[in-house]
Amino acid sequence: MDILLQQIINGLVQGSVYALVALGYTMVYGILGLINFAHGEVVMVGAMIALAAIQVLLAAALSPLLVLLLSVLLAVAVCMALGYSIERIAYRPLRHAPRLAPLITAIGVSFVLQNLAMIIWGREYHSFPQLLPNASHHIGGAIITEVQITIVLIAILVMTGLMLLVHRTRLGRAMRAVAENQTSASLMGVNINKVISTTFMLGSALAAIAGIMVSANYGVVHYYMGFMLGLKAFTAAVLGGIGNLRGAMLGGVLLGLIESLGAGYMGALTGGILGSHYQDALAFVVLIAVLVFRPSGLLGERVSERA
Amino acid sequence: MARHSNALLFSAALLLALSACSKSEAPKSTAASDELVVRIGAAAPLTGPQAHIGKDNENGTRMAIEDANARGIMIGERKARFELLSEDDQTDPKTATIVAQKLVDAKVNGVIGHLNSGTTIPAARIYHDNGIAQISPSATAVNYTAQGYKTAFRVMANDGQQGKVLGEFAVKKLMAKTIAVIDDRTAYGQGLADEFIKSAKAHGAQIVAHEYTTDKAVDFSAVLTSIKGKKPDLLFFGGMDPQGVPMVKQLKSLGLAAKFMMGDGGYTPKMPELAGVAADGMYASLPGVPLDKMPNGRDFAQRYEAKFKQPIQLYAPYCYDATNVMIAAMQKAGSAEPAKYLPELAKMSYDGVTSKISFDEKGDLKGGAITMYQVQKGKWVPFETMGATAP
Repeated sequence: MDILLQQIINGLVQGSVYALVALGYTMVYGILGLINFAHGEVVMVGAMIALAAIQVLLAAALSPLLVLLLSVLLAVAVCMALGYSIERIAYRPLRHAPRLAPLITAIGVSFVLQNLAMIIWGREYHSFPQLLPNASHHIGGAIITEVQITIVLIAILVMTGLMLLVHRTRLGRAMRAVAENQTSASLMGVNINKVISTTFMLGSALAAIAGIMVSANYGVVHYYMGFMLGLKAFTAAVLGGIGNLRGAMLGGVLLGLIESLGAGYMGALTGGILGSHYQDALAFVVLIAVLVFRPSGLLGERVSERA
Repeated sequence: MARHSNALLFSAALLLALSACSKSEAPKSTAASDELVVRIGAAAPLTGPQAHIGKDNENGTRMAIEDANARGIMIGERKARFELLSEDDQTDPKTATIVAQKLVDAKVNGVIGHLNSGTTIPAARIYHDNGIAQISPSATAVNYTAQGYKTAFRVMANDGQQGKVLGEFAVKKLMAKTIAVIDDRTAYGQGLADEFIKSAKAHGAQIVAHEYTTDKAVDFSAVLTSIKGKKPDLLFFGGMDPQGVPMVKQLKSLGLAAKFMMGDGGYTPKMPELAGVAADGMYASLPGVPLDKMPNGRDFAQRYEAKFKQPIQLYAPYCYDATNVMIAAMQKAGSAEPAKYLPELAKMSYDGVTSKISFDEKGDLKGGAITMYQVQKGKWVPFETMGATAP
């Protein structure tokens, strides 16, 4: 029983990170119909910037909590600027180009960021300092660390904030309008470029936070860390219904749970025929199954193809 | 129009950035007529999760080549000048074959590589078909030299030898009765884990779990939790340090009490540095004797650090030796043509930094000691040298 509980906790922590990153994919897709493959790399840049800031600030002998707060702010700011520039340089010139063109630039941007990070921060793994107390708590035989609790809480907080922003504010209304129909929205006086830029910046801010959460949890930062995380989060976004904010959250948490329960129990359930090496395969089988029965994802709505 | 030029500008920037990243040196062909240019190919992952170990390999080979050029080596009647052609195989078997073909097309005289067994094995066929000598510094999978290629050599004990020692060590010295195993499903990780299991079982231990991961994964909480339920005395991981570091940390935070052990893929300075206290007490093996005890180990380490401004990661001394053995064989044969110096290479007996190097009929390193290390207070400390020692 404690093993099951532990697996659920593992899945929830992993799932909250997926959900945060998935939100970035889904927001951009919802508005532009574009899959921003560079998003995973923004996560990595966030972690790298935070690490650099922490190293400088720790040397200045500030209190750990203040250091963490300042470096989160800096990482978020840098990533927002990065998100803005990516959109401005790589996607806006191609907004009316065939769909394949921005997809290719997206992959290009991802490579450029990865290689730039490799040049700047080197090939080696960097250790991410432990700023939060890492005491562990026992809940019914399962163990959860304070970092993990913080991750889940921050994820919930950020996601609630985002929902409020999209559904309760003027900016959110503009975003939804642009997602619905760009031309009509612009006729109604919505500044489309501004809304799209803001969306990219918001998504990148979430990516920065996710990057710091992942680094704090694993304690390691590497220029390649964004790639796999990006793929998984993209899967989560599609699973929940890409373009749908609640879908991305649900998809992220579900993917985390599927992976952890799948890896934990697949061997025992199939009598050793399928082992934990099918962990990723299981996640994708679930994705395929969902897409067969609900082509637009769990919470996605069927929208007619836009011209 | 403005839109158009923006896109152009961006693609130009992209090309620039990409070309800046590919580090393959263009061979300079301004050699004087009496100079013999010998091209040595090096292949290892220079990007991706294992880039730090791959760069270390390249550095080792580079150092041997620069030393040889400084010494001014004569091959036959002509003064040889060695050139390094370094390629990035991205840890990917598919890319490895492309890179191998690229080196063949560049007419290299020999290849030092690849780093991983998974890349070395498919690349070996291409080198063999083109008659080019290949010495892998670090591929340990038994299959590499079992393909019957006369061109394939290695300067490190294979997984058969290493797995045997690891299994014996776990059961006899660490008194493990129940053992859990994780492997990363690469040719190296899987091969080593299988040999380890064989040996541990032969010594009477029980394998209570065999779980799997990949060489790209960072989260192991699920498999570790399921292993925790089996309460093993020891956990063995067949894989490299990018997975080893988060694994040992997660192991500790999940409260898994088992001893943790890896093969040579775990014996890197990054392991205790990044995993911190979590790595304390873990074990790893490395073919050969400790660097301090190597004939010229300490001197090599100092020169390496002075030159590259970083400590040796893992296999640089082996790359250095592999390159030097190849050069020595060329000298002996009086030719840099693989067909001429291959027979000499097979008969070679060379005093390297890592050990005395000579090959058996398959191209495997003869003898070959294996040392077990343990992390104590954040540092790797030699624990025990096992297996046959070099004569």
